[in-house]
Amino acid sequence: MAKYLLLKHYRGAPAAVNDVPMDRWSPEEISAHVQYMNDFAARLEKTGEFIDGQALAPEGAWVRYDGEGRPPVTDGPFAETKDLIAGWMVIDVDSYERAVELAGELSAAPGAGGKPIHEWLELRPFLTEPPTITE
Amino acid sequence: MDEALLRSLTPSVIAVLVRRGADFAAAEDAVQDALVEALRGGAADPSPDPSSSGHPVRDTKGWLITVAWRKFLDATRADVARRRREKRVEEEPAPEPPPAVDDTLQLYFLCAHPSLTPASAVALTLRAVGGLTTRQIAQAYLVPESTMAQRISRAKRTVSGVRLDRPGDVATVLRVLYLVFNEGYSGDVDLAAEAIRLTRQLAARIDHPEVAGLLALMLLHHARRTARTASDGSLVPLAEQDRGRWDTALIAEGVGILQAALARDRLGEFQAQAAIAALHADAPTAEETDWVQIVEWYDELTRLTDSPVVRLNRAVAVGEADGPRAGLAALSELDASSPNSRLRSSGEHPVPRHAAVAAYLHERDGDLATAARLYAEAAHKAPNLAERDHLMRQAARLNARRGR
Repeated sequence: MAKYLLLKHYRGAPAAVNDVPMDRWSPEEISAHVQYMNDFAARLEKTGEFIDGQALAPEGAWVRYDGEGRPPVTDGPFAETKDLIAGWMVIDVDSYERAVELAGELSAAPGAGGKPIHEWLELRPFLTEPPTITE
Repeated sequence: MDEALLRSLTPSVIAVLVRRGADFAAAEDAVQDALVEALRGGAADPSPDPSSSGHPVRDTKGWLITVAWRKFLDATRADVARRRREKRVEEEPAPEPPPAVDDTLQLYFLCAHPSLTPASAVALTLRAVGGLTTRQIAQAYLVPESTMAQRISRAKRTVSGVRLDRPGDVATVLRVLYLVFNEGYSGDVDLAAEAIRLTRQLAARIDHPEVAGLLALMLLHHARRTARTASDGSLVPLAEQDRGRWDTALIAEGVGILQAALARDRLGEFQAQAAIAALHADAPTAEETDWVQIVEWYDELTRLTDSPVVRLNRAVAVGEADGPRAGLAALSELDASSPNSRLRSSGEHPVPRHAAVAAYLHERDGDLATAARLYAEAAHKAPNLAERDHLMRQAARLNARRGR
């Protein structure tokens, strides 16, 4: 029973094996990709392992506090931002091994030519509540 | 309606439906629906039968059986209509054959069946034995209700072929109850209290020293609960806890149960863990802790489980009993005996809290620079937020003292 975040990057992850940008795929290939993602989430809901999945727009802004009584400063997006999150899925699984297995399946989503993208997904464990028994 | 009473009646009502011919999955669903109806206030309190003296438990149980049976018939009829089959279930329940074995006990075994994953066994136990609703279980584990519902129905499918006529392995049940006690989030439902309730109920039904051992372990740790957390939510380590806030009644009960179990001379890991907790509970101050005896219990535990976590905790105890150098030596024995630790490419130590223990022992040994570095490393590897914050403060404290 451990929660993991599967992070999908627009930018910043190592290059995928089937590294063709989506706008060069055929429309059917895009549909097949979307279908794969939806089926994956539906399957995880059935196994009782799905928590959440969200996609993010690539465009964003940086925001920071600018002092008492002043509105927050906004800036960006900065062109030099190396890491850009595309979306995430949160899963609740029995083991790290299971989390790796599922991330591997998600990374096999089809891309150009209907072949798996083999994209790198970032797998991050959630911090939990402290256990009751520690000694 | 009295939620606690309803919940305590849940397993026996499931058993009644099963005896009347419902299969476990359908019976469990029907009782859950009845529970949800009761908790939503959709039903009036069962008014005491004027002819009887108004026995609340019997009345509530009767109400729950009636409503659950009705839910079962509704579901069966819908099912039958959908499949265009002839009705197989009679309107009037068949007379219940007397139970050959303790039904509630059998439910514990079924819900902790080894074919289930730990998460599924926990969820099913909390629902079918604990009488919690899917929503409550989902909230306790921060999982969407729909996901938890699927997890439970999948678990029920997994055990659908299991016969309920033989006792199972009590160790699997104990592992599930231990998980309920030790893990989870603080939502509406107090999982630790629920684990204690379920373990108490189990201990009343089965005479087994490890069941008693686990109950004692839970009680002894639960006794310290309010002292474990400061008002700001931060962790208070055992040595710094205000022992005046420990619950002496729970400690006395836990010690009594443990002593009776140990007298049976069938030691197991939960009894050994409880013995360690009892020795801590017995010390009026941290300085008066009998670390020598605690090390002996860790030696027993190592023989019983040979778990690296146990050996890590043993190193802490050795450090207290024989000094930090001895503790560090015990820690390096642990490193030498776990070759897997060097296989991790990330350099991450496979035993949680290893760096934290090393930091503590180095600090006591006077090597503050190493201790500060290890505390920071431990904070980065901490599996939970409260522990991370605690370890980070330790690193900051040492760094501040050393003037950076």
